[in-house]
Amino acid sequence: MSLDRAHALELLRSMMRIRRLEERAAELYQAEKIRGFLHLYIGQEAVAAGVIAALQPGDPVVATYREHGHALLRGISADAVMAEMFGKAGGCSGGRGGSMHLFCTGARLYGGNAIVGGGLPIAAGLALGDKMQGRADVTAVFFGEGSAAEGTFSESLNLAALWKLPVLFVCENNLYAMGTALSRSQSQTDVCVKARAQGVPAESVDGMDVVAVEEAARRVVARVRGGGGPSFLELHTYRFRAHSMFDPELYRPKAEVEAWRKRDPIVRFVARLRDEGLLDDETLRGIEEGAAAEIEAAVAFAEESPWEDPATLERHLYAEPVTP
Amino acid sequence: MSTTRRITYREAVREALREALQRDPRVFLMGEDVGAYGGCFAVSKGLLAEFGEERIRDTPLSEAAFVGAGIGAALAGMRPIVEVMTVNFALLALDQIVNNAALLRHMSGGQLGVPLVIRMATGPGRQLAAQHSHSLEGWLAHIPGLKVAVPATLEDARGMLAAALADPDPVLLFESIRLYPTAGDLAVDAGAVPLEGAAVRRPGRDVSLVTYGGALPRVLEAAGQLAGRGVEAEVLDLRCLRPLDTHAILASVTKTRRAVVIDEGWRSGSLAAEVSARIMENAFYELDAPVARVCSLEVPVPYARHLEEATLPTVERIVAAVEEMGIGHG
Ligand SMILES: Cc1ncc(C[n+]2csc(CCOP(=O)(O)OP(=O)(O)O)c2C)c(N)n1
Repeated sequence: MSLDRAHALELLRSMMRIRRLEERAAELYQAEKIRGFLHLYIGQEAVAAGVIAALQPGDPVVATYREHGHALLRGISADAVMAEMFGKAGGCSGGRGGSMHLFCTGARLYGGNAIVGGGLPIAAGLALGDKMQGRADVTAVFFGEGSAAEGTFSESLNLAALWKLPVLFVCENNLYAMGTALSRSQSQTDVCVKARAQGVPAESVDGMDVVAVEEAARRVVARVRGGGGPSFLELHTYRFRAHSMFDPELYRPKAEVEAWRKRDPIVRFVARLRDEGLLDDETLRGIEEGAAAEIEAAVAFAEESPWEDPATLERHLYAEPVTP
Repeated sequence: MSTTRRITYREAVREALREALQRDPRVFLMGEDVGAYGGCFAVSKGLLAEFGEERIRDTPLSEAAFVGAGIGAALAGMRPIVEVMTVNFALLALDQIVNNAALLRHMSGGQLGVPLVIRMATGPGRQLAAQHSHSLEGWLAHIPGLKVAVPATLEDARGMLAAALADPDPVLLFESIRLYPTAGDLAVDAGAVPLEGAAVRRPGRDVSLVTYGGALPRVLEAAGQLAGRGVEAEVLDLRCLRPLDTHAILASVTKTRRAVVIDEGWRSGSLAAEVSARIMENAFYELDAPVARVCSLEVPVPYARHLEEATLPTVERIVAAVEEMGIGHG
């Protein structure tokens, strides 16, 4: 497929913004500015960039705890994401959620869920609600292959297929659930087969190729939006970093990581764009510098943002009383 | 006097696991990432290499399935130790824990028994936010048919597992996330300790501080501060939330005539509420002051360090609760 230059550069920019955010987050974790569990997305950027490019602005998105990239591309500002990771008042969840719980109702981002498989039924329900109210939105739910073993996986797919709900199930298959390889934990290692068993059409795509991801997502989203019921996309991808910052990574061979690194979605895409004459050094530098500047500004914002006053702790537990 | 060695709480649990695996071929450990990863909280690190994949079994992300499978294996004569990473995730297996493990003996008229041990981490302290930090052990202590034990010291971390495995009924062991890295001296020959019964961790005469689990170190610190002000607090570690050692609670309160219950669970419907009610039912006329409670604030545990800290029963809040009783002023 020939690429539209402006759009291709936009995809590259998306991936680079995520990469920069994640690299800085890792440093800030070492510097103890960010605490708790921090799950980095480095290596998987093509999935969020490609799928989200295929969505409409009003489409709901549900993600896991590895969701900084999804949040950023969904329109939560880098400032609000970074400040949340710092635990500051300027964060999108007021310091209460942290890295794993980014939300933005304005952007219809419904988590940020740290219970594996917890987002799948919620996605079915969002789609049900939209459908019942006559909206043409498609809910996209991102989850790892590990959650295919949870009961909520088959239960949610069944419900979505039974009721023809407009859900795009996006399985980011990075081969490992923490330290447990897919082949060591699931008898059927082809997650598409599991999806089809529930009556949901499914296909696999190279998750390291942002163009392939977007193409597949566009095609499938159109079908879902047209009333065709749910669809399932499996993206073959890899996380280059440990599961979380607490993970000594004893379970996977260095050579395997190195082999996947050679398929880095950003490096590959840059090479392709150069080959096709769509990218020159100056443009690349511009995108890099733009991403770096955006994230540096976010770090400064997070640094300066005040701490939430503990006196407000009991807020946000119930709806604020409405004054007549 | 027996000699001691320096050990962490995490290592104490690991030693207990190793010993149990060596001792009884029916014992095996299963759970998410207990093997290749080395345990979510690094508790089972090294055990896979030592005991192999049959006995250190990595499970899929299927809490209901592998906890239920633990119940089945126990029924079949094994002695499974099931690790559920944290109590928040155990909610996915609550049906199996409550509707099967706890009920089978009774429903079968005593024909079946479920000698199963379920271990899980609990409580806040590492800025893991709400879905990883709750203290729900009080909920499980509500269920007849279960035993719920909470090792708060190195002795208990090292010794409770053996007693739990020897028990013919399902035992839930709650390990405080915050305690794992704490170190101390433990007798080289430390071994099994009884599962049931509370323990006085510091004797005193003026007020009973009744607590358990991750709150114990703070309570002991508060007792130290109070001693500096001339108030001798007795610290009672409940150790086991079901069955609850009412006798020990009453013995302490009858001596000191005042009680503060410190619980990292939420106040409403908490274990602290149960302890307080038992004191009221049995020792009302021994009391010089109403029973006080210091619990976690009734909000989901937040991520930011200072907010997380603000939800907890802190040393200051414990000391303040004692001071409000007017001890030392009369
Ligand atoms: C119900 C539940 N069980 C266990 C965990 C602990 N845990 C967090 S992430 C994770 C691995 C999930 O793997 P996968 O779904 O493949 O997603 P990935 O991290 O690879 O993106 C586990 C076991 C959890 N958060 N929730």
